Amino acid sequence: MESFSFLEHFQIWLKAYLILSLFSFMYKDNKFYKLSEHVFAGLSAGYYVGLIWQTVIIQQLVNPMFDKGEWWLIFPGLLGLLMFARMIPKWSWISRTSLAFYMGSTAGIYLIQTLHGFILPQVLSTMVSLDPSNGFAATLLALIIVIGVISTLIYFYFSKEHTGFMGVTARVGIWFIMISFGAHFGYTVMGRISLLIGRVQFLVYDWGESIRQIF
Amino acid sequence: MRKDIDIFSIVKKLQAIRTLPVILLTITMSLILNSQAFAQDFGDSVFILPRMTVLILLLVFSSAVLLYTKWAKAGKKLFIRKIAGVDAVEDAVGRATEMGKPVLFIPGIADVEDIETIAGIAILGRVARVTAQYETPLLVPVRYPMVLAASQEVVEGAYAEMGKADSYDKDTVRYVAGEQFAFTATVNGMMMRERPAANIYMGGFFAESLLLAETGNAAGAIQIAGTARPEQLPFFVAACDFTLMGEELYAASSYLSKEPLLLGGLKGQDFVKVLIIIAILIGTLLVTFDIGDWYTNLFDVP
Repeated sequence: MESFSFLEHFQIWLKAYLILSLFSFMYKDNKFYKLSEHVFAGLSAGYYVGLIWQTVIIQQLVNPMFDKGEWWLIFPGLLGLLMFARMIPKWSWISRTSLAFYMGSTAGIYLIQTLHGFILPQVLSTMVSLDPSNGFAATLLALIIVIGVISTLIYFYFSKEHTGFMGVTARVGIWFIMISFGAHFGYTVMGRISLLIGRVQFLVYDWGESIRQIF
Repeated sequence: MRKDIDIFSIVKKLQAIRTLPVILLTITMSLILNSQAFAQDFGDSVFILPRMTVLILLLVFSSAVLLYTKWAKAGKKLFIRKIAGVDAVEDAVGRATEMGKPVLFIPGIADVEDIETIAGIAILGRVARVTAQYETPLLVPVRYPMVLAASQEVVEGAYAEMGKADSYDKDTVRYVAGEQFAFTATVNGMMMRERPAANIYMGGFFAESLLLAETGNAAGAIQIAGTARPEQLPFFVAACDFTLMGEELYAASSYLSKEPLLLGGLKGQDFVKVLIIIAILIGTLLVTFDIGDWYTNLFDVP
């Protein structure tokens, strides 16, 4: 491996310090963790101010308005400006206009998106043939899909107590939900372990090499 | 005889006038944005016939919500079954009050544009009312500025509603960090230092769910979580005392408040669920007998 420059050594040691001090939280809260936590939070706040200024204010508001003449963007711009009214207690109610617009339009957009992109495709995919001539495995899988979706929907039905037929069906639904959770759990844990491996590899190879070169 | 001046109706009218520009602006913006999107995808057409099913479903859903809301407002008793995790929210706040420790509420780490965050903020309103009533300290760390503004509005409103406007501290809701794990690291530190007696996680969570829930568990807090993200739910189920799964999160705010508008929404959703189950059963039957193409095409929306 090539020898590291002074700057590279510094970066590697800083990274290693931050990783180890954050890991130290597994033992207990301590000063090293507190320092890393504050550095992390402060840096992210600063980074996001720069990011939003560049990607939203400049690229999505100022440039389209002045370069492409999209002057209608003045309306979202004004709504954004109204948010600053929060700083003046007497006029802070004005900022609710932007907030109401944002939350209301979001709910409306999501309603259509969910119906169009999620509910209808799910309904369509659940309408499967239960014809036994398709073969035992295909029929069984189709049956599992239909029963799974319907029983899960019944579990999330709030207008009736889960007793009798509803109770039995909801219980089947919760079994399907739990099996799905198990699959998700395993899948996600695998992803997390790969993240841990990445950090351990950094400590062993990069930081280890830096230690070897220095000492 | 002089007609009495009804101050509430005047306030309502003023509120309506104040809301009108927002509605008009919303419609104008939607038309501008939609016309641009349509122009890109479908030429000059404004109405896309193959998407008629979405419109019908939307009208059915909206009508059901409006009808149930009307019934709820008229005083008709609308039944909602018991949701275990929701009842635990008030118990958890009570526990914190008895112990003299704060309640930590995280309305997810998604932005306000995420519907889970809106549900989380709605539940926050209810929790804030209870903490205001018992004067229990409340901590609400947030990740996005818009969530900060919305949460501050809701918490301040809740304190004012309970007649405790003077007890409201603006730092109750605090912006922590924009970066996901910087937020998590800070909240974990907060849990270990301020030792809240109850941790309530309601909203959209991602990879930090287990980090938060495990730390809260180690700090000895009673924990209630709610999210609609299936990949994070197993972690909350494993590490929290109560978990609201998927739609239970959306049902929680109406269950807690029993407000007609929210109850109407929940009952409307239930009505649509029944329609969906019927539609699936009919479709499955038709497809099984190989006569269902025309029917499935209704749901195949481009």
